[in-house]
Order: sequence, then C-alpha cells, then structure tokens
Amino acid sequence: MAVAAAPLRILIGKVGLDGHDRGVKLVARALRDAGVEIIYTGLHQTPEQVVATAIQEDVHAIGLSIHSGAHNSLLPRVLHLLREQGAGDIALFGGGIIPDEDVPRLKAAGVQMLFGPATPMQSIVNFVKALHVEH
Amino acid sequence: MRLDAATLAEQVAKVDVRAIARVMSLIENRDPVGTAVLAQLTPSRAQASVIGITGYPGTGKSTLIDQLITAYRRLGQKVGVLAVDISSPITGGAVLGDRIRMQQHADDPKVFIRSMATRGHQGGLAHATGEALRVLEAAAYDMILIETVGVGQNELDIVQIAPIVVAVVAPGLGDEIQAMKAGLLEVADIVVMNKGDHEGADRTMRDLQAQCRMVLRTVAHRDEGILELIAVIAEYRRIQDLNGSRCGKTTERLVQRGATSGS
Repeated sequence: MAVAAAPLRILIGKVGLDGHDRGVKLVARALRDAGVEIIYTGLHQTPEQVVATAIQEDVHAIGLSIHSGAHNSLLPRVLHLLREQGAGDIALFGGGIIPDEDVPRLKAAGVQMLFGPATPMQSIVNFVKALHVEH
Repeated sequence: MRLDAATLAEQVAKVDVRAIARVMSLIENRDPVGTAVLAQLTPSRAQASVIGITGYPGTGKSTLIDQLITAYRRLGQKVGVLAVDISSPITGGAVLGDRIRMQQHADDPKVFIRSMATRGHQGGLAHATGEALRVLEAAAYDMILIETVGVGQNELDIVQIAPIVVAVVAPGLGDEIQAMKAGLLEVADIVVMNKGDHEGADRTMRDLQAQCRMVLRTVAHRDEGILELIAVIAEYRRIQDLNGSRCGKTTERLVQRGATSGS
C-alpha cells in the first residue's frame, strides 16, 4: 500500500456508572467512516483505565461520553492523570448530557470541546479531523 | 514532542510505556525514526514466549486472551498483547474493539495492550505487527500474545512470527469436512474449541479430534479450560526449547507443522 498520511487514532469510550452507549457507538462509527482509527473501550471505564489505554494506544485524543452527571469529577480526573503521566498532549473532548453552566469550567480545566445533545455528527467529525497535529 | 531514535530505544529498554507506544506508532506510520529505533533495540536476554491466537471471527479470541492474561499474571508474568483488527478498505478507518474484552487489565502496569489496524495489509496481521513484537521483546515482556483479525482459511502470516499458534474455533461452524480442509487448522499447533457449552460442542469436538493433533475445549467467559491451555502451551515451549526449533527459520517451522510448502 502506498504511504499515506498516518491515520488519526482516537480513544472513544464511556466512564463511570453509565450504560447509555447508543450515542457513543454512533460517534465511533461516524469517525471510522471519516478514516479515523477508533480504539473503542466500551462501558464502565475508570479514569485510570482510560488514561492507561490512551497511553498504550498512543492516541491523539480521548473522547468520553457521559450521561451520568458525573462529568465534573470524571473529566478533570482524566486530565489530571494525563498530566501526571506525562501525556498532557493528548486532547480530551466529551459529549452527553452536560449542563451549559458546567461547560466553561470544564473548558477552563482543559477539556477541549463538549458536544451536547443534537450536535450534528459532522461537527464532531470536523473537530476530530482538526486535531491532526503533531503530538 | 519528537525524540531521537537513541533516546527512544533507551526508554523502550527501560519499559517506558509512553515510549513503547510511540515507537509502535512510528513503525506503523513507516516513519524513518521508527526504523532507526528498531535497529538499536536489543532483545532482552530472557526470551519471550510468543503465542499467536488466530481463528474465525466471533469465536472468542479476545475473551480467551483476556483469560490468558489473568492466568499469566497470576504466575507473575509480564504480558504484552498485540490485537489486530481490520481497517476499512473504503475509508481506511477502523473500530478497534478487541481490547474491550481485556479492559480489566488496562491499568495493570505489568500488562501492555496495543490495538493495530491492518491498514490494507492482507494475511491477518498489520504490516507492522512483526516489528511491534520486536519492541515488546526489547522491553522484556515474558508472554506476548498476538491476536490476528478474524480470519478465513488463508490468512496465515501469524505462523511466520509466532512459534506457537493457537487456532480458536466454535461449535456449529461446519461439519467434519471443514475440519479436514487445509489452512488454518492445519498450521495451528493447538486448536481450541471455545464456547464449549454451546449446542453441538460434543460433535464439533469429535470432528476436530479426528483431524487435528491437539484439541482443547474451553468456555473462555467462565474461565473453563484455560489452565489446561496454559499447560499445553508451556509443554510446546519446552519441547521447542529442547529441539531448538524456536530458532529455526519460518520454512522449517512450517515443515515441522506438516505444511506442504514453505513461507
């Protein structure tokens, strides 16, 4: 096969006690169709598992879906672990049910983007493709 | 953050997980730095056991590997896994989902799991799988498990890089004639019939036993048959050590396995 641009590698999964995975599977599928290599971890991951996986898989970014209301603790915890383990260059984005008033604080903490309900799939694809920078 | 090859090779030898993962990406992306790192890696003195896990799609390869990781960790072994899944021939994208079954081990520092997409490579592995294996060997993993894509009957690259190959099948995927066919079952050292609690398992076991040298029955999700599998793998390794065949060329290994033509 001819040498092509290296594909993006993105970890997609769900953290915490939250079984709503229909949306996150659609996102994984859409990104696959956009030429991205998705490392899909499935449900019920701890922040520790997510960060260890992201490092082993050398992903460009982590996308986490949260519908449990625990975003204010789980997302900062993932950011903390990434920095602690020298992987602060891995981008974090999220989606799910996240109240508007929580968004500025999470973004200030370092979450690059949060996608709420009814986000057009193309917005997520465009965001991910724009991550194609050296990390 | 780009590091030079010498630094990366040094970090791999020190089992710096970030460096191991980064070097694998460089190799996958055919980056010259990756090639330079490979040239500077030395395999650790203690030789790793490399086990290929192949088999038809949906037979439980990933679940079996999850249980093997648990078992080898109980024995104090450091375990590396390379799990290959297929890239879309249309978009180049991939959903690499093998490790979902193994996530209980994700944050065990003595376990390293890497998903690889085939990126157009035929044969059941990614083009970079063999080189990624060398990286794990340099980082002194004791057991290295390589999961192929779910294969048909002719994706046999695994035979060339794994001295021990386990083929995983499930009940009800065909009659005795399927078990007689050349290819996958013929080159496997060990055939595992997983999902041994499913309907038709007794019949499939009989058919396989009539055709294959070593057949084991497992129910991976219930941890049944895993210790037997580990014992048989250890015995294969012991025999290979005794007759030196681990160092043999691929063609010799194929001949030993009774294949009719080399490479």
